[in-house]
Amino acid sequence: MADITFNDIIKPENLTYKKSKLMTDNVMHYCPGCGHGTAHNVLAEVLEEEGLQERTVGITPVGCSVLMYNYIDVDFQEAAHGRAPALATAVKRLMPDKFVFTYQGDGDLAAIGTAETIHTCNRGENILMLFINNGIYGMTGGQMAPTTLPGMKSSTSPYGRDVSMMGSPIKMADIVAMLPGTCYVTRQSVNTAAGVRKLKKALKKAVQYQNENRGTCFIEVVSNCPSGWKMTPVESNKWMEENMFPFYPLGDIKVPAE
Amino acid sequence: MEKELRLMKGNEAIAEAAIRAGADGYFGYPITPQSEILEYLMEANPQATTGMVVLQAESEVAAINMVYGGAACGKKVMTSSSSPGISLKQEGITYIAGAELPCLIVNVVRGGPGLGTIQPAQSDYFQATKGGGHGDYHLIVLAPASVQEMADFVELGFDLAFKYRNPAMILSDGAIGQMMEKVWLKPQKKRSEEILPWATTGKPATRERNIITSLDLDPERQERFNLKLIAKYREMEEKEVRFEEFMTEDAEYLFVAYGTSARLCQKALQLARAEGIKAGLLRPVTLFPFPKKRLNELADRVKGMLAVEMSAGQMVEDVMLSVNGKTRVSHYGRMGGMIPTPEEVVENLKSFIKG
Repeated sequence: MADITFNDIIKPENLTYKKSKLMTDNVMHYCPGCGHGTAHNVLAEVLEEEGLQERTVGITPVGCSVLMYNYIDVDFQEAAHGRAPALATAVKRLMPDKFVFTYQGDGDLAAIGTAETIHTCNRGENILMLFINNGIYGMTGGQMAPTTLPGMKSSTSPYGRDVSMMGSPIKMADIVAMLPGTCYVTRQSVNTAAGVRKLKKALKKAVQYQNENRGTCFIEVVSNCPSGWKMTPVESNKWMEENMFPFYPLGDIKVPAE
Repeated sequence: MEKELRLMKGNEAIAEAAIRAGADGYFGYPITPQSEILEYLMEANPQATTGMVVLQAESEVAAINMVYGGAACGKKVMTSSSSPGISLKQEGITYIAGAELPCLIVNVVRGGPGLGTIQPAQSDYFQATKGGGHGDYHLIVLAPASVQEMADFVELGFDLAFKYRNPAMILSDGAIGQMMEKVWLKPQKKRSEEILPWATTGKPATRERNIITSLDLDPERQERFNLKLIAKYREMEEKEVRFEEFMTEDAEYLFVAYGTSARLCQKALQLARAEGIKAGLLRPVTLFPFPKKRLNELADRVKGMLAVEMSAGQMVEDVMLSVNGKTRVSHYGRMGGMIPTPEEVVENLKSFIKG
């Protein structure tokens, strides 16, 4: 075993996962171990495989993924904090033949943009909403998010989230699943190869449902934030599995009748 | 639809003119005194005829961000509101200005601050002409003084917005929005099918991806962008200033007033002339760009200028900057939804003349 070299490992036949052709060569600004890069790549793979580049308009949020438009080679609009679903609503209504998606974090989608999230889903806009939930404000340096777990420490809940003072974490996927406008609501993760494959399947379904004008597709990706959580990537994934997944269980919450 | 003469409210004229101008989308939220715009469009249901999208948003914030999304696709999109609602839209407006997108915003102004009143006012002048949201930017601001101009300025506003890739605003007030006058409506224009080269409409193999954003983390590049915006605003000041003059040829005293105030100054002008006072009126039609140059010229030959506004004195500051001390400038205004009478304007002019 000790004889295996780096060059042996990177042989094409060993390459199982590779960068989508729609991923640019720009150097990503994400921290090591962060789930955003993987989520981006899975999305890019689906856009590529479904031949959607020419008719995709993506809406980026404010937060860690604000510069997402540097990494995926499709047309992008950069929204104000929380407003991506409002932009997407207009894009889809004005150009119904386009594939429209939003990509938002927890502060963006579940705090400042709650009204836009709820009402876009309630109107059943034919868009895909991708929600990256890592329970913290990553870009601004680790503040408490609406999805921060009870007792979880952050720079604005330094003694742990006290639900009697700060409220309980909000389960957006469950809330939007109650609205008649949503067609497909699921919660996935990207911490394992199996999780990546499941997210990819979910994204492909969302593409199909949008092509069929069936309403809002809402995909939550429960993710980690090693920097914000002050953990190594491996620790953060373990912590996520032990703490986030029990509170935000993975799997489909709402599926359309076939 | 052919050219047509109708009796309409100012708000209705805006709505009908938007359909006829070939607008692609309207996104609004109800607020007095402009809800007729959304109501008229919902009833007219242009989606079934021209294909124009009309949507009642969950808030003014959402409505302006829908405008942002639509404008980023190169579509002819608009929103309307009244003062408190326009304050809510400011975040979206500064993003739209920062992303250099064309759109039309209508403000049917009511008295403030705060929830204020639902009666007409001109107290949003600063907000409209000096930016309104954060950062260095300007809107193109058109000030209609009649129902006819409410209709005409929709198309003019869109044309200027697309010419400069800059948001345009119609700054009206509750009086012009609510009053009925006859109005000539233009024939129906077809909605444009042109795909603009900068618009986010899906990336074909033939071009790089289009990114609509107002973000630049590099201060040197951001400053270059600020300079580009300034150059655009200077170009507007060169080419787009619009105003109207009444009896300025021999005027010794000049009223400066826009919108509703300009209408009552036209009457005040006649009353003053009947009393032997050589009064004139300059009505700015564009509030940004402001008719600075013309006011500066007139300052050489008048004895004073009286800015009449339904505000505590906002446009008067631009009049003062325009004349730069060459002549006396004062202000007369009513607030809180009160509209001055021509008689009280003349009385005020007389005391201004006395000094």
